[in-house]
Amino acid sequence: MARELWKGNEAIAEAAVRAGLEAYFGYPITPQNEILEWLSHRMPELGRAFVQAEAELGAINMVYGAACTGARVMTSSSSPGISLMMEGISYIAGTEIPVVLVNVMRGGPGLGNIAPSQGDYNQICKGGGHGDYHVIVLAPASIQEAVDMMPLAFDLAEKYLTICCVLIDGSIGQMMEPIELPEMRPAQRKDFPWATNGAKNRPRRILTSIYLDPPEEEKTNLRLLKRWEAIQANEIRSKEYFLDDAEIVVIGFGTAGRVALSAVRAARAKGLKVGLFRPVSLSPYPYARVAELAGKAKAFLVVEMNAGQMLDDVRLAVNGRIPIEFYGRLGGVVPFPDEILDEIQRISTADLQLDGNPVADWMKRMEAMVR
Amino acid sequence: MATLTIPDNLVYERPQSFTDSPTHYCPGCTHGVAHRLVAEVLDEMGLANRTVGVAPVGCSVFAYNYFNTDFVEAAHGRAPAMATGIKRVLPDHIVFTYQGDGDLASIGMGEIVHAAARGENITVIFINNANYGMTGGQMAPTTLPGMKTSSSPSGRDVETQGYPIRVAELLATLEGAGFIVRRSLHDPANIRKAKKAIRTAFEVQTHGLGFSLVELLSTCPTNWGMTPVDALKWVESHMLPFYPLGDYKIAPAITAAKI
Repeated sequence: MARELWKGNEAIAEAAVRAGLEAYFGYPITPQNEILEWLSHRMPELGRAFVQAEAELGAINMVYGAACTGARVMTSSSSPGISLMMEGISYIAGTEIPVVLVNVMRGGPGLGNIAPSQGDYNQICKGGGHGDYHVIVLAPASIQEAVDMMPLAFDLAEKYLTICCVLIDGSIGQMMEPIELPEMRPAQRKDFPWATNGAKNRPRRILTSIYLDPPEEEKTNLRLLKRWEAIQANEIRSKEYFLDDAEIVVIGFGTAGRVALSAVRAARAKGLKVGLFRPVSLSPYPYARVAELAGKAKAFLVVEMNAGQMLDDVRLAVNGRIPIEFYGRLGGVVPFPDEILDEIQRISTADLQLDGNPVADWMKRMEAMVR
Repeated sequence: MATLTIPDNLVYERPQSFTDSPTHYCPGCTHGVAHRLVAEVLDEMGLANRTVGVAPVGCSVFAYNYFNTDFVEAAHGRAPAMATGIKRVLPDHIVFTYQGDGDLASIGMGEIVHAAARGENITVIFINNANYGMTGGQMAPTTLPGMKTSSSPSGRDVETQGYPIRVAELLATLEGAGFIVRRSLHDPANIRKAKKAIRTAFEVQTHGLGFSLVELLSTCPTNWGMTPVDALKWVESHMLPFYPLGDYKIAPAITAAKI
C-alpha cells in the first residue's frame, strides 16, 4: 500500500479499525478529538459499534461491558479524561479482560492545557486506579510506529487479559506524517472461554471484580502478578540508536526520545560519542537493558516532558553505578533539539558526581531559564 | 376397587432462570420477590440463554449468584453504561440491569439519564426502598422528607439535605425513554401488577422498542427498624403517597405494538 499523509489521531483510529476494532466508546477531549470524530463515521459505515458517551466514566464502563462479551474494544482520551476513567480501569484490571486504551497526553495537573506532555507516565505505569494491578504501556515516537502498535496492543491485551495503553502526547496526535496503514481486517471477536455472551448450550458465566473472601482476592492478585511476570519476561520493547561506542547515553521515550535523537545526531556530527536508548514498552520497563548500558556508558542523560517520572525507573536500573543527569520540560513545553544538545555538550566535559541529585541539579539550571 | 388418582397440579416452583443458591437478603426484604418476578418473566419468554444481566453495587451486588444467566458486575452506578456496551455489541441479546436507589439515582444518575436519553434498548429493574441498604441505612436520594436514616438521624431536612428524586417521573420527560412505570411490591395484587410490568419491559426490549424501566417500591425492614409486615404497611402508608404508582411513559410505538 502506498504511503499517505495522515494526522496522528486519525491514523491511530483507522489502524484500530483495521486491527478489527468492533466497538469504540469515547468522550470529546482535546487533543484526542480526531480519534472520536474519525470513528464516529468510520465505525457505523462498517456496521460496528460507536457511542459518544456522556462522560469518560460512561465511556470506560461501556468499554468494560463490551469487553466482557469478548469483542475487540477500545477507548481514547487525554489526561484529565484518563483520570476520570481510572475507576473503570481498576475494575477492568480486576475482572481480567482485554481492553485497549489510547492516552493523548496534555499538560497538567488539573485542567492544565492542551499542549503535548508526558506528565501521566506515573499514573498509567505505576497504577492510577486502586488495587494491585499493572497495565501494559507502549510509547510510540512517530505516527507510523503508533499505527503499527495498534494491532499489537489488541493482541497483547487479549493474550494477557489485561489493559494495553498506547501512550502518546498531543504532538503525535496532532501532527501529520506519511505512513503506511495495515491491511483491513474484519471485526475480531474470539470465542473466549470467559466471555459473557449468553449461556447458550453451556453453563452460565459471571464476570466480576469482587472477591469478598480475602484469600480469594489474594489468589486473584497473585494470578494477576503471575501474568505480569510473563509479560515482563516476554514483552519488553525498546529502540537503540548509536549505542555501540556511546559514552553518554540519552534515554527518553515518545516525543522526548524523538527530539533527543535529533540532538544525538547533531552531537555525533560534532564528534561526541553519544547514543539514544528509547524505551517503547514503558510498562514493563526495560530495566535489564538499561542496567546493561550502565555497565558500558560513562553517564546517562534522561530527557522527559515531565519532572522526571521515568527517571526513577532509570535510577532503579542503574543503582548508583554511573552518574545520571536529567533534563525535562514541563506543562506542555516540548524541548528543542538544541536544548538537549547543550545538555549533551555540558555533560561531555562536566565533572559528574555519583551522589548527585539529578532533579535538584536540573531545577537549579531551570531557574535561570524560566526567569 | 376404584383407585383415586389425584392429578399433579403444580402451582408453584422455582423458576428455571434461578440458580439453586439461597439468597443473602434480610427476612422480609422484597429483593427476593423482585428477583423472582424477573426470573419468572425470563422463563416465560424463554430468554435465559441469551440474556446478560448487570448487577449493581448495593444489597443486590450478588444478584448474579441467583440468576441462571450470564452476568457481569458493574462499578457503583455504572450498570447502564456497562449494559450499553454489552447491548451495542450483542444487539440480539437481552440485557438488563438491576439497580437500587443509591446506585441508580445518586452516584449513577448520569449513566441512567443518558442511557434513557439515548433510548438504549435495555431493561432496568429499579428498586426504590428509600435508603442505602447495604452500607447500613444511610439517606438516599429517594429518602422521604422527615424520614430518619443513619445519616439523617433527625429526619431528612429538605432545607439542608434537599428533596427526594422521583426517578420514574424524571426519566419519563426524556424523548428516548420508551417504557417507564412505577409499581409496588407491598401486597399480592401489586406484586402481580409488578410482574406484568416487568414482562412488558422485557417485551419492549425483545421488540427493539427502546429503553424500559420498572421502578419497584420495596421494603427494607432491617434498616427501617420494622417487622416485615410493618414495613409492607409503611410502603403503602408513606411511600405510595409520595411515589404514586402509574405508567409515566409508554411510547406510541409500544402502544401501537400492542405488547
